[in-house]
Amino acid sequence: MKGLRRIWAVLAKELMQLRRDRMTFAMVIMIPLIQLVLFGYAINNRVRDLPVAVVDQSQTGLSRALIQSVIATQVVEVVSRGVDLAEGQAALTEGRVRAVLIIPPDVDDRLARHSVAGLSTPASSDEPLSRPIAQWLVDGSDNVVAGAIQSLRSMPLPDLFRQSSLHTVPTFEVTLLYNPEQRTAVNIVPGLVGVILTMTMILFTSLAIVREQERGNMEMLITTPIHPLELMLGKIIPYIFVGLLQTGIILGLGRVLFRIPLGGSALDLLVITLLFIAASLVLGLLISTLAKSQLQAMQMTVFILLPSILLSGFMFPYEGMPVAAQIIAEALPATHFMRCIRGVLLRQAELGDLVPDLIWLGVFTLAGLLLASMRFRKTLD
Amino acid sequence: MTEAVIQARGLVRKFGDFTAIDGLDLTVEPGIIYGFLGPNGSGKTTAIRLLTGLLAPTEGEVTVLGHRLPQAAEALKREIGYMTQRFSLYGDLTVRENLKFMARIHGLSGSETRRRIDELLAVYGLDRLTGQLAGSMSGGQRQRLALAAAVLHRPRLLFLDEPTSAVDPENRRDFWEQLFDLCAAGASILVSTHYMDEAERCHKLAILQSGRKRADDAPQALMASMGGRVVELAGADLRQVKQQLISLPQVRSAAQLGSRLRILVDRQQPDPVAWLLAQPGCEGLHDGVEVRPSLEDVFVMRTAGARRQ
Repeated sequence: MKGLRRIWAVLAKELMQLRRDRMTFAMVIMIPLIQLVLFGYAINNRVRDLPVAVVDQSQTGLSRALIQSVIATQVVEVVSRGVDLAEGQAALTEGRVRAVLIIPPDVDDRLARHSVAGLSTPASSDEPLSRPIAQWLVDGSDNVVAGAIQSLRSMPLPDLFRQSSLHTVPTFEVTLLYNPEQRTAVNIVPGLVGVILTMTMILFTSLAIVREQERGNMEMLITTPIHPLELMLGKIIPYIFVGLLQTGIILGLGRVLFRIPLGGSALDLLVITLLFIAASLVLGLLISTLAKSQLQAMQMTVFILLPSILLSGFMFPYEGMPVAAQIIAEALPATHFMRCIRGVLLRQAELGDLVPDLIWLGVFTLAGLLLASMRFRKTLD
Repeated sequence: MTEAVIQARGLVRKFGDFTAIDGLDLTVEPGIIYGFLGPNGSGKTTAIRLLTGLLAPTEGEVTVLGHRLPQAAEALKREIGYMTQRFSLYGDLTVRENLKFMARIHGLSGSETRRRIDELLAVYGLDRLTGQLAGSMSGGQRQRLALAAAVLHRPRLLFLDEPTSAVDPENRRDFWEQLFDLCAAGASILVSTHYMDEAERCHKLAILQSGRKRADDAPQALMASMGGRVVELAGADLRQVKQQLISLPQVRSAAQLGSRLRILVDRQQPDPVAWLLAQPGCEGLHDGVEVRPSLEDVFVMRTAGARRQ
């Protein structure tokens, strides 16, 4: 009986404290609410409108009709037309397109001999007849994307021939680049660098400042001549090395345990990782100027972390998300880092191929640092 | 007269509807220890934060060491030392690490840092504790470390917010000796306290209550000019007698000290002992003597009026 009363005493006290901590209370409601709505719509394994480039080497009416029927499937959206093969491959490396459709010069001939033309099923030894009519080059690092393009492989072409047909010979040949074995780890491990860095970098810095406030160190520090920017920089620089160490551990283990290809130049990898670490640390600083306690800082970190896992392209392809979710994803440093690190490690992209994402990370860092040191006042008002 | 180190006029600070400091005028001359005496919540800490530039005043003007606040707060910070009420160094750093950190923050060079730290460790009796974590030290040791950190950059003006609240009487004595040493070396010190014995050690004193200054002068002058006389009497049933006496308009306060009663009577009474013995219910009192007023009596006299309002 007395035990029950004591449990009640603690329970009632917890509720009273929770009610006074507005921020925590808001988080209790907001996290499930926002995250459910957001992710319920956003998480989608059926991708549509994958950006692709078309390399049309034949330029005939038939090739144009073929492109039209590919577009009609809504699986892809042609964002780049009339390019040559080299340009198409460059767009793939830069990550501007997820696949390139190559229509060979003899597409008319191939179509006429193709099984869908309804003549007869060609013998498999009859090489000219058993040829697919066109080829897809696919960024196969993401299984979902690869799967979507592969679903087009045996696409029937009723619009071209007004009849369905046997299709023992595929319409398209699909070549999976970068991850031909379709191993999930190849795509996940580089992305994991982004997720882990988001988690630890934001948490470290947001806690580092709030902790000093909670313990009373800040009252002493702000009576010294230290400039807010000096304080901010001093706080984040040590964690840059922590971040690099973590990146090394993840990629090193990924290499040993999962045989992750570490393509691209080490210098490029260092540059993008440093940029992302800086952006995440600055985000942590911003949180620390908002949060009033370590608990609040932790909750805000989770609030950033969840979309960084679910919307950044780490688990679900960006193309599969509705526009609203894509806009949120664009705001997150993790999204841009995901593209960069996969580009460098898997597609051997160079910094020049990743300019938009790099600019975004850099601008985010500078703007955030400025905002954080403006928000941080050396007074107790 | 040399220029005052602190000059405040009509200082007001509000937090929402609450007025923490209400029209404070203050002049602190250089080279002295100036005390803020007041109960908890009287505005001592807020006043210090206003004078160090940590808070901006709602109204009024402050000039500290010639710097107008809050505009010149950053320039002022180079010249002052501040010891917060709560220990605000790092509990998970050692004594030497803490001092080194503060020296770097204040921009001391490497060799200067080493010399200054060794000097401070010796002066404040921390030389045998250099490797100890600050969090594991006693209240007195921590307070000496905090003082060492506050004076590391040789500030001209030192603010100490209730520096001895977690310290035993012996350490308190030593601490005040160190303050007088600093003062003799040319520093001006502003210290807040709610201990009467400490307040009595200050060169000059301001009595604060509810954000207002009730009096300020040297402690002796305050005691001499107190508008009342103090009588001590022995007797039985002191609780009852006390209740009876404090209802009289001439009696400012009565406090029991063991088997004696200490009574504060208005100055107008020519013979307070005889007058008190003549009061109804006081027949059992005896051994009445008039005693020298203490600072506590001054404090009660100056603040009782406000409390009755």
